[in-house]
Amino acid sequence: MKNIDKELADIVGSEFVSNHPEEKFIYSRDMGTMEPAFPDLVVMPNTTEEIQKIVQLANREEIPITPMGGGLTLSGLVRPLKGGIVMDLKRMNRIIAVNEKSRYVITEAGTSQGMLQAYLKKHHPSLKHSVPDAPPIATIAGNVLIHGSGHISQSGGFHSEMLNGMEVVMPTGEVVRIGSCATSPYWFSRAPLPDLAGLFLGWAGTTGIVTKLAIKLYPNRLFNDVKAFVTEDSEQVAEVIHRVTGTQVAEDVNVVMSSRMPGFQIVFMTYSADTKEELTWKRNLIRASLKKFIDDNVGGFMVVLPVLKGDFLEVPMKNITQFADEMQGGGFEYIGAIMPIELFSEAYRTGIEIADHFGIPHFIIVRVVGLGHCMMFAYAYAFNRADEADIKKVQAALEDTNRKVLQMGGIPWKAEAPAQKQIIEHMDPNTFALMNRIRAVLDPKGIMNPGNWEV
Amino acid sequence: MEYAEILHRCFRCGFCKLPSDYTDINCPSYLKFKFETYSPGGRMWLLKAWLNKDIKTTPRLAEILFSCTACGNCVEHCVFPAFKEDLLNAFIAGKGELVNEKAIPPKVRDYFEAIYLHGNPFKRLRKNRANWATELNLESFSGQTYLFYVGCLGSYDENGQKMAYHTAKLMIDGGVSFGILGDKESCDGNEVRSMGEMELFKHIAEKNIQEFRNAGVENIITLSPHAYHSFKNDYSQLGGHFNVYHYSHILKDLIGKKEAVTSGTSIPVTFHDPCYLGRHNNDYQAARDVLRAIPGIELVEMDRTMNNALCCGGGGGNFYTDILGGGPDSPARVRVREALETGAEVLVVACPQCILMFEDAIKSEGISEKLNVMDLSEVVQSGLP
Amino acid sequence: MYELKYDKDICATCETIDCLMRCQYMEMDLESARQERERILNGEDSRVLTDCVTCYACEEYCPFNNHPFYLIVDRQEEKGIWPVPKPATNQQLVIMAPQSDIAPKKIQSPTINMCAFSMLEGCIRGSLFEGTSIISGSDIFCNIMWLHFAKNSTIRERLPKAIDNIREYYLKDSDVDELVHFHDECYGAYTHLAPAFGIEVPFSSIHLFEYLIRRLDDLKDRITPINQKVAYQRPCSSRLIPETQHFVDEIFTRIGADRVDRKYDRENALCCTFAQQAQQRDETADDVLKRNIDDMVEAGAAYCVFNCPACFFTMSEAVTNSGMMPILMSDLCQIALGE
Repeated sequence: MKNIDKELADIVGSEFVSNHPEEKFIYSRDMGTMEPAFPDLVVMPNTTEEIQKIVQLANREEIPITPMGGGLTLSGLVRPLKGGIVMDLKRMNRIIAVNEKSRYVITEAGTSQGMLQAYLKKHHPSLKHSVPDAPPIATIAGNVLIHGSGHISQSGGFHSEMLNGMEVVMPTGEVVRIGSCATSPYWFSRAPLPDLAGLFLGWAGTTGIVTKLAIKLYPNRLFNDVKAFVTEDSEQVAEVIHRVTGTQVAEDVNVVMSSRMPGFQIVFMTYSADTKEELTWKRNLIRASLKKFIDDNVGGFMVVLPVLKGDFLEVPMKNITQFADEMQGGGFEYIGAIMPIELFSEAYRTGIEIADHFGIPHFIIVRVVGLGHCMMFAYAYAFNRADEADIKKVQAALEDTNRKVLQMGGIPWKAEAPAQKQIIEHMDPNTFALMNRIRAVLDPKGIMNPGNWEV
Repeated sequence: MEYAEILHRCFRCGFCKLPSDYTDINCPSYLKFKFETYSPGGRMWLLKAWLNKDIKTTPRLAEILFSCTACGNCVEHCVFPAFKEDLLNAFIAGKGELVNEKAIPPKVRDYFEAIYLHGNPFKRLRKNRANWATELNLESFSGQTYLFYVGCLGSYDENGQKMAYHTAKLMIDGGVSFGILGDKESCDGNEVRSMGEMELFKHIAEKNIQEFRNAGVENIITLSPHAYHSFKNDYSQLGGHFNVYHYSHILKDLIGKKEAVTSGTSIPVTFHDPCYLGRHNNDYQAARDVLRAIPGIELVEMDRTMNNALCCGGGGGNFYTDILGGGPDSPARVRVREALETGAEVLVVACPQCILMFEDAIKSEGISEKLNVMDLSEVVQSGLP
Repeated sequence: MYELKYDKDICATCETIDCLMRCQYMEMDLESARQERERILNGEDSRVLTDCVTCYACEEYCPFNNHPFYLIVDRQEEKGIWPVPKPATNQQLVIMAPQSDIAPKKIQSPTINMCAFSMLEGCIRGSLFEGTSIISGSDIFCNIMWLHFAKNSTIRERLPKAIDNIREYYLKDSDVDELVHFHDECYGAYTHLAPAFGIEVPFSSIHLFEYLIRRLDDLKDRITPINQKVAYQRPCSSRLIPETQHFVDEIFTRIGADRVDRKYDRENALCCTFAQQAQQRDETADDVLKRNIDDMVEAGAAYCVFNCPACFFTMSEAVTNSGMMPILMSDLCQIALGE
């Protein structure tokens, strides 16, 4: 590869370009199990214009670019599979504007979840965004682009559905605007224009570099509560979810199952209100929706003591991150399978089987997306980073899980490069052909995060 | 390497980079350099890689390690209770390994040499150590209730000297019985320890302990929170058991017992928590009590305060090595901008390193017309507003 | 095994049927109380078995100490009635199961039994508890909570094992034959429930409040009267041991606390609502909690003092939101001692 360090330094400043072995090491891997892939350079631009120049340079020299937000997918999506440049976007973390009336925020792509959370709390306390349970240093843009989900996803859907618009640097260097902001000074929605957002959502950075985006905000209410419903029969859970989401009262519905409490499925439902009375009313609606299961003695609400509610209402939930120390080894990775609700029981049984087969304690967490329209069914496996055999075992479990998820009719979310290949095998060939045609048009030199969504 | 067994347990989740409300980056070196390598998680993984021989010893690795200010934000906010308390210890152990390999940044080497040869990092003459006190005619320590230990910055740095002067004056006025060691005083060694030179630290500490014992010292008032921390927590491990106070504790006893009643004009001030008083020793109130007791002072808080305070960037020897200096994202410059945003006219500090860092930052930011940095004793002495 | 010591004839001939007539959660006239009594005695279905909120109060109301509540629980279990839904009950059975991680420990008198509440060991501090030994953990859980779950079988199974564990791991090699129970539940379990079920207890029991009184007397020179109005929240298990309730007044006298005169105190005490919530009776729980706390507030209480940690955790948020301070009895005593 031609030496472009100096040209990059001229664009972003020498202190924000590195080809040192230390940066190459850290940026070659993430926290999951995927093998490292080393970049030639790491660069940290500060503006859209700088990104344009870098992309133009990369185009000229045919050097791959891997854009990176928080780098926390755990599935290795920002490993530069074919070398080249890793573009760490975290310097671009300005929150540009909040529209209170139309409830959206425009922000740069490097803004972290935590930073926006704190900003809204301070400046717009009546509003909040849907925060994923990733660590707060994860970026807004990264999570939207991988079709993430979070604490308002039961009422608001995938985070990509909460996207109002974007500014994107195309693989050829042009800057385009997507959504209402392409036509109007406002970033209020993607409708009614042809929806071009799909060119960039779920593509693992292979179609362009998002530099700004607007996402929807939601009311942040004063009173918050959580209910926990426990069952011992996984066959019941899909119906539990169906009924509780039917109330349109909960903001977030999660189901947790683990080998620490084998045989139980615990459905957590958070909801909020402007008054105590409204909160009680919502609780009663949720209760009424699940009365059948109580009457049949197949489910019941657990008492969540007020002192413990904080842990369940925490956003993001730290104890999910803490799973990484389950094996005293600093690692976990999960397959977040997007699938229809009715597959719950089969998916659960499959998870137990896989964990038992590989001798790994099972930890399954499910987030309902939309009003029970689908779910993110996460099979999480902790591993000891210092134990190669343990890593290999978890890699095998993950691969097996991906295969079984696809067999069931689910689709692995933010799939690792090998899992992307598995997905393509199941995909309608015409769909994959269309993906390739689109990419060929957008990225004629094939510089954008190559190695992803390829056979 | 000591603490090697915890390195791989870091998930690099990044809670350590942030304050508890996630407002902004709160790790000084990551704030300045931005690369993941300069974050606490980056250091954990790089140290592991280095021990595994996946990466070599380089000046870059040394810069990454020595840019850590030992501020303790990572320890405060790490979400893994099983090993969080040892994060800083691991970084110090890593620095120690580089010290053993003689693979340290030149400025770090200069620092150690100067401390070893001169007892201070500025290569200044020991006999001038008490020049700041000439005007006050201070007594040498000879059995008074307290030893007032001013440290290297208090002895030689212009701002530190002012701090020492104001503190001593207030204590004289308040009838506190104290003396100083003058040219018998030597560096406390806290930064030497935080930079991993354990042998030199041990040498310094043992000498100081002997000096204190010989002089019959039982109670020590320190100007610097760094010395306070070292005397209180590290010297005791080496057999040096003293009652240690930071000067803010003494000022609190002198004037900080009552809530002030303000009438007429007031001046907004904000307080910057020094890491070695706050996060390292869990003392967030003494200085605030002092400020609240001064009529006319309106204490306003920065977004990042107390256990979430952003470090000035001077710890871990960085006030001398200046690895974190320069540029708008140097921690000290970010911090003075944050202070300015509160509407405060005075940024109050209680540490000679902080005042040094912020004086420079205020000049670089060009905001000296809007924001003054003053140490707590000067604020008390001047009786603002 | 461990048959309940219960005399059917006493109930059959009882004229007042206080157990049902005085129930604060079921409205009943004497005639319907007689009918329900007959049903229970004959092993038939009774609305008492499904409507009981398991507050334990009928154990206190029975003038013959004939264990009507234990009988109700036995009947519930015999008839397969699950006051708490089966999955939630089974989950609790897993959570509260003995973990078999107990280890021998040399103890000395006085020894404080913290039962399963290891997390509250921090409360055993200061001069009140100077020189005490502490025992705690899932393996010595008194298991009385299963009265709320219609699981007397679990009590019969696990309580004797807990007693064995206490004897084997703590008492055997120590010169101790007396335990101070931090919690009413344990004192109730070992002095009331165990004898009722014929379970042998190889140690004597001291109620925490009695211990506190002794210590307060020892430390009386250091007491500064707190001079505050205090409401007392009786736990359900205190219904098994009403003979200990005078200790509350005696403690309050010693520390200068003024026990507020209110409707829902003493024999009229209301449940903390943990059991009602577990039984899926949220609306009842809302009502009971509101009445109870309003009553405390109207009486002018500044503190709401607890013996039971479960009551404390269940009610503390609502108590705080009403402007009172929730506090455990031992902590209140420590305030009086200036600690």
